[in-house]
Amino acid sequence: MTVFKSFLGATATLALTAGAALAEPAMIYDLGGKFDKSFNEAAFGGAQRWSEETGEEFYEIELQSEAQREQALRRFAERGANPIVMAGFAFADALGEVAPDYPDTKFVIIDMVVEEPNVRSVVFNEHEGSYLVGMLAAEASESGTVGFIGGMDIPLIRKFACGYAQGVKAVSPDAEIIANMTGTTPAAWNDPVKGSELTKAQISQGADVIYAAAGGTGVGVLQTAADEGILSIGVDSNQNYMHPGKVLTSMTKRVDNAVYDAFSEGADLEPGFVVMGLSNDGVGYAVDEHNEALITDDMTAAVEKASDDIASGAITVHDYTSDDSCPDLQF
Amino acid sequence: MEKMPAWADVVLIPLISLILAAAISALVILFIGESPAEALNLMVTGALGSTYGWGYTLYYATNFIFTGLAVTVAFHARLFNIGGEGQAMIGGLGVAVACLYVPWPHWSLALVAACISGAVFGAAWAAIPAWLQAKRGSHIVITTIMFNFIAAAVLNYLLVNVMRPTGSMDPATERFAETIHLPTLHELLAPFSIAFSKAPPANVSFLVAILACVAVWALIWRTRLGYEIRAFGHTETGAVYAGISPVKIIVVTMLISGGLAGLMGINNVMGEAERLVLNATEGAGFIGIAVALMGRGHPAGVFLSAILFGFLYQGGAELALWTSIPRELIVVIQALVILFTGALDNMVRMPLQQVFAALRRKEST
Repeated sequence: MTVFKSFLGATATLALTAGAALAEPAMIYDLGGKFDKSFNEAAFGGAQRWSEETGEEFYEIELQSEAQREQALRRFAERGANPIVMAGFAFADALGEVAPDYPDTKFVIIDMVVEEPNVRSVVFNEHEGSYLVGMLAAEASESGTVGFIGGMDIPLIRKFACGYAQGVKAVSPDAEIIANMTGTTPAAWNDPVKGSELTKAQISQGADVIYAAAGGTGVGVLQTAADEGILSIGVDSNQNYMHPGKVLTSMTKRVDNAVYDAFSEGADLEPGFVVMGLSNDGVGYAVDEHNEALITDDMTAAVEKASDDIASGAITVHDYTSDDSCPDLQF
Repeated sequence: MEKMPAWADVVLIPLISLILAAAISALVILFIGESPAEALNLMVTGALGSTYGWGYTLYYATNFIFTGLAVTVAFHARLFNIGGEGQAMIGGLGVAVACLYVPWPHWSLALVAACISGAVFGAAWAAIPAWLQAKRGSHIVITTIMFNFIAAAVLNYLLVNVMRPTGSMDPATERFAETIHLPTLHELLAPFSIAFSKAPPANVSFLVAILACVAVWALIWRTRLGYEIRAFGHTETGAVYAGISPVKIIVVTMLISGGLAGLMGINNVMGEAERLVLNATEGAGFIGIAVALMGRGHPAGVFLSAILFGFLYQGGAELALWTSIPRELIVVIQALVILFTGALDNMVRMPLQQVFAALRRKEST
């Protein structure tokens, strides 16, 4: 019985400290880890930028296991963290469970929609950004064959590939698109060696522009493409700087902005559904001093026009996840 | 070599190993500029200081009990089953199939069905390596580890292409029906007016795991089959001379081993996630090896070391939440414990044996 009393005591103190805590925001990274040079790192970048500008601190955790998703959410919520931002679609199920239990806490989920009154769902139109870099790839390609290397074979990455294929076909309908996925387990997000091998295989099949949507694996793709003298396309963050003059462009997905906005708005943020697309600079293609020589004025003009047309609805880019199929690419 | 007293073998050696591992972990934590005392405090209060912490510790421990028992049973026949990971994955698939496609009226029926289905799937996954070992002499370590990769690929294929609900982004099945939700420890203890935190996923599977411990003990030490398994493990030629068929023992032992690993699915798939997700096992199959080594081939030892590893997992999560100790370092701490308790056993055992031998000589003179 005494043991049991000390349990109760401990829970009580926990509850007290939770009430007294300050409302710091919290950031939860997915299993890929904080420094993946891609998606999670972009989220970290946004949180970091907020922290530097405001001088405030934030809680963060890199998950180690699936069971920790719900655990981390509950623990941060009980400590009074607000808002709690999570990077990754895989949180949806856990968040659906947790959000109703903490009605005063605001949650932000990136890449997925969770319909609860205290949740903001941020989704990106990756297919639109991929469409634009697909157009650039087709313009830059001389062989008429372009490549796509995905990370783990999941619907989200097929969405990237499908948008890319449509962009390529929009410029040159006869172009050939070689699409490969790195693997079928989460290890595929961080396998630069395999990324490099796939790049070589695609080059031997004639590809001269390769788009990597593969997290840390993309580092190997970009490296090998630069070594072999062909062009590559980066993803999520602007990766043009990694091999100046060899990276055609990067499909930017401004996860950092989504995190930064959420942290800035703090506990008062508006829940609901936020689409980050071409119109609000959520996705796009990166042009900077490292790749401006590669992008001609004609290319810019064509892509800008397509961008406007997509934003106005004149062009519809098919979203793979809407019906699990792609008109221009077979998986 | 003179024998040590039993209490030294069971208590002292693991304890010293743990203290050594803790000391080196403390140095590592000190080296990156955090306070080891605070880290230890966080781990202990976070994992054992509240029913919340206990709930998570026991949840992880339940996984490790099943996989630890799987490895233990195989050990008794001198078979090194590295495939607990794959068998648990496929066992999870079996559990999901049982939960998804049959409308069970009550969770207890579903639990029984899920146990059978998970064990059968896990056993089936172990059957091929077992057959290859028994008939062809293909080494079980190699084949079971290869089957882990095949299991991951099979699961990935099924989740992405077959079992995923249309339109869903997540490579996972849909949620199981609400009626077959397994009662958590909170719900189980509530009738006895014992307050247990609602949040953690520890559930009725923990009791199944305890039952499995008892069953394995009875199997190994109280049945003819268990005797045959142990005899075969001690000396194969002797066992053959005694009329024990190696093929039968290898296959049957591996089926039991795979079945136990497959049973893990009722905890992580049915109890926690309530749907089948990719990578649901999270390396519990491999932790099972360390648990079995530390448990010294006895279910009671497996039970205790599983709780220890549960503590390490949950304590590690608390460290990750409230300190800036990077998660890689938490893995290092967990690895140190495995290294000292599992791999470096003799480093502690040999000097201790000498100490006890010296003490005994002194007494006799």
